Formats: sequence, C-alpha cells, structure tokens
Amino acid sequence: MISLPRILHPRHAQVVAKAVLWAMTLATVGVLFYIIYFVLRRGLGHVGWDFLTEMPRRSGSVGGIFSTIVGTLYVTGVGVIVATPIGLGAAIYLAEYTREGRLTRIVRFGAESLANVPSIIFGLFGFAFFVTYLRFGWSILSGGLTLAFMILPTIIRTSEEALRAVPASYREVALSLGASKWQAIVRVVMPAAAPGILTGIILGVGRSVSETAAVIFTSGVSLKMPHSLFDSTRTMSVHFYTLTMESISEPKAYATAAVLVITILLINVAAYALMNRFTRKFR
Amino acid sequence: MKDRIIEKALLLAALSAVGILALITIFIFREGLPVVFSKGPGEFLTGTVWQPSHGHYGLVPMIVGSAIVTFGALIIGVPLGLACAVVLAEMAPPRARKILKPTIELLAGIPSVVYGFIGMMILVPWIRNNPALGGTGSSALAASIILGIMILPTIIGISIDAIEAVPRSYREGSRALGATEWQTITGVILPAARSGIVAGVILGMGRAVGETMAVIMVAGNSVQIPDSILKPVRTLTANIALEMSYASGQHEQALFATAIVLFIIIMILNSLAGLARRKKKRKRKLKGDPASGVEVA
Repeated sequence: MISLPRILHPRHAQVVAKAVLWAMTLATVGVLFYIIYFVLRRGLGHVGWDFLTEMPRRSGSVGGIFSTIVGTLYVTGVGVIVATPIGLGAAIYLAEYTREGRLTRIVRFGAESLANVPSIIFGLFGFAFFVTYLRFGWSILSGGLTLAFMILPTIIRTSEEALRAVPASYREVALSLGASKWQAIVRVVMPAAAPGILTGIILGVGRSVSETAAVIFTSGVSLKMPHSLFDSTRTMSVHFYTLTMESISEPKAYATAAVLVITILLINVAAYALMNRFTRKFR
Repeated sequence: MKDRIIEKALLLAALSAVGILALITIFIFREGLPVVFSKGPGEFLTGTVWQPSHGHYGLVPMIVGSAIVTFGALIIGVPLGLACAVVLAEMAPPRARKILKPTIELLAGIPSVVYGFIGMMILVPWIRNNPALGGTGSSALAASIILGIMILPTIIGISIDAIEAVPRSYREGSRALGATEWQTITGVILPAARSGIVAGVILGMGRAVGETMAVIMVAGNSVQIPDSILKPVRTLTANIALEMSYASGQHEQALFATAIVLFIIIMILNSLAGLARRKKKRKRKLKGDPASGVEVA
C-alpha cells in the first residue's frame, strides 16, 4: 500500500484509493439492502393478517405463526425483565459508585467476555443448568433466563454510557438541595439517562428476537400455545430455522423471514431514533 | 444505612457478569470433562474420526473446519471492514456518515438464520452452478463468504473507534508536512490505530468461530478434512448444534467437550483482543497523550 503511490502522483493515488474504498463501502451497504430486499420481495406476498394470527398447523406448512409470535414475546419478555434490573444495577455501580480500579477491570472483563461467548455455548449452558440441573425443562423460563444472561452485557454497557453522559452538574444540584446519593440517582440522573438506557433494552430485545442457537436447546420446539412459564415454546427464529432446514414449506419460510426482518428493522430504527435524541440532548 | 444496603446490592449486580461467566464455565466443564478424562484429551484433540456410535470422538476435522471458514471470513471481512471504517471515520461527510453508520450497524441486527437462509438460497446455488467453482455448493467457501459479511459490524465498529481515538494533532502534523489525506491515512492514522484495529479483527475472528446457525445452513457439515474450499466442512459449533437434539450419554458429554474446545478458543481470542487494546492505551499514556483519557475501551 505504501509503495503504490510511487507509481502515481500522490494526488492521483489518493483519487484512486478513495474511489476503491467508497466502492467497497457502498458494496457493503448494497449487500445489506439486497438481503432485506430479497427477503421482503419473496416473503411479504405470503404475509397477511391470517398469517400473523393463525396457529401453525401440520408442522407449520399450513396456517400462520401465531404461537411462535407469542412464544417469542414471552421468552424475550422474561429475558428483558430479568436482565434489565441487574444490568442497570451494574451500570449504576460502575458509573456512580466506584472509581476505575481493579474491581471495575474485573467487572468489565466479565461483561466483555460474556458478550463474546458464542450463542451455542449459552444454549448448551442453559440446557445443562436451567433445563436439566434446575429442572425447569424445555420452557419459556429456561429460554428467557438464558437470553437474560446473553443480553446482560449489552444492557450494562449502554446503560453505563447513558449514565456517564448525564452532566455532573445534575448530580451536584440534586445533592446540594439535600437529596441523598440514591435519591439523586433515582430522581435526577436516571430520568435524564432514560432514553439511553431504553436503547440498550431495545437492542437486547432485538438480540433475543433474532437468537436461535441459545433458545432452541432451552425453550424447545413446541408449536402449541404456551400457557405457563414452564411450557415449551418455539420462537419465530427457531420456527424459521426448522421450516428451512426440514424443507417444510418454502413460502412459509420466506413469510416468516419477512416478519423477522421487519421486526428487526423496526427495533433498530427505534433504538437509533432514541439514541439520537438522547445524544443531542447532552451535546 | 439504607444507602449501604443499596450499594451492596448494586455491587452484587456489577459482579453478576463475572458470576455468570464462572457459572457457564463450571457447567460446560462439568458436563464435558468426564468423557475427556475417560477417553484422554488426545482422543479429542488429535483424533480424526468422529463416530459417536463407535465411541470415536476425534475433533480434528471440526477444528480444521472452523479454522478454514474463520480464515476465509477474515480474507473477506478484513479488507471490506477496514475500507468501511476508513471511509466512515475519515472520508465521509457528516451527513453521509449519519446515514451509513446506522445502516452498517443494522448488519449486526439481522438474525443469523436469515444470513444462513440467504446463503442457502443465493450463494450455494451460485457456487454450484458456476462453471469455475462447482461442487454441491454447500462448502467452506459459502460459509466463509457468509461469515465474512457477518463479522463486518464487529470489525468496522471497533476500527472506527480506534481511528477516531487517534489525536487530531497527528493528522494536522502530517498534513502540515505536505502529505495528502491518503498518505496521512496510510502513513500516520492506520499505524497509530493499529492495535485497536487488531483487537477488532481478533473479535471478528471470535464471532466467526462462534457462529452456528448460519454456518450449519451453508457449510454442508460432513465430517472430513476438506482438500478444497469447495468441499463441505463441519465446524465445532455445527457439530454441537447438529447432534445435540438427539445425543445422550457419552455422546452428549462429547458435545460438551466440543464446547470446551470452542470456549477455550474464544477466551484466548478475548484475551488477545484485550491485550491489544491495553497496549494501545499504555502507549498513549507513556507519551503523555491527552487522548488517552478520552478513549474508552
């Protein structure tokens, strides 16, 4: 790369290099748009109100995906409800209660390592721990708790960033008015950081909805309507995987993919819009 | 008093991540180690035959499979990812950047099953029908390409942070000496950001090694050491996911043993990435660089 400019005048080399790099960037964006376009064009035609509200029949080759939507909501719900208080608590401790030192290094090491653990390992762990050891069986609870562990690092990181973005003056004013440290955090800092914290939660929802490997071995593959936390359920992603791999129905697979992709798009747009508003506020 | 209790509770929450990591380690090892001890670690790490029904648990084909697709993913993902990072951090006007960055981040949000599906529907037939390539299509090549795209957000995100952490004065100094923008990028900025970029590439590697569903859907999954990238391969992750649904007894333990190997690889990559990042910070601090305080890993 360094020797290349010797052939060309540096200014010309720059033009060529810029063109190549821009082309590569646009190609990357192009791949993304093509994936979305491909899935929606083939899938949307098969998605109607009945597809969303009917139960899947005959392994999903007939009917809709209603029970998998409900299953996804339950599993994701458990994950977020469990991970949010823990993650937020960890973030508050890191941002408000401690200085950088050995403890924060350990906490950050744990969170970063956890974030990089592959989802299949979460799946195996969830199977060994929740399903077998704690005897929760293949259930919404097992899957939800596994997802909670998986999205915890995301929630810790985004919440900590959000709390740190709140100017110190907010805390100082609250404390000078006689509030205790905890009151200042709960009444002043957290509300100000709320959009940022919410972004982390939404990103966690996105990860949960798209996850397959970690839930297939913990929540199972039942297509029945779940009635309790201890019922097995099949999430949309798992259902889509099964439809595809067992060649059950190509139109239904495309339709499920379209629903998944639209859900993920909405989640990401919401997260981005929130984050945008939040960062603008404190700039 | 109340504040004391709250602080203790928050500390507990903060330690949860480490606790969970420990719990995962304990349970994966607890389930996997018995078979490793009864068969001997050598069987797993040097055996080339995987036949659970006959008690053969050689992981070499899967280790080779994971290595090939990961390496392939890097060949595709690193140049593309670096190009995107340089464009986003150094070249794109703010408005273009505001659109491009979230768009590329969206790549990370697409479910891996959808990547696998796209691979099955577009890439695999394309490889099969291409006269220069051929084979069944489900191959190390297909897995490498899909993984190469999937690791882009990791590489791009961390590389952008690394490039942006390079102090302004470096750029200004270089430009003041008469270097063009491009000479500044290749001669000054990228070298200064190198350890951060390396960390991004290592974490991208980790993502490629750990990806499961997308790989299963395009890699063909036969247990063999392939003699060409057009041949099917089975990765460590695929080995676990494919057989977990029906395995029991020693076979199930062997899948946990596969997970131990995977887990160790991931933790090594994590540590390497952490080292690369710390090296960067230390270097900055030694030079008394004002940017060292701003940069958050």
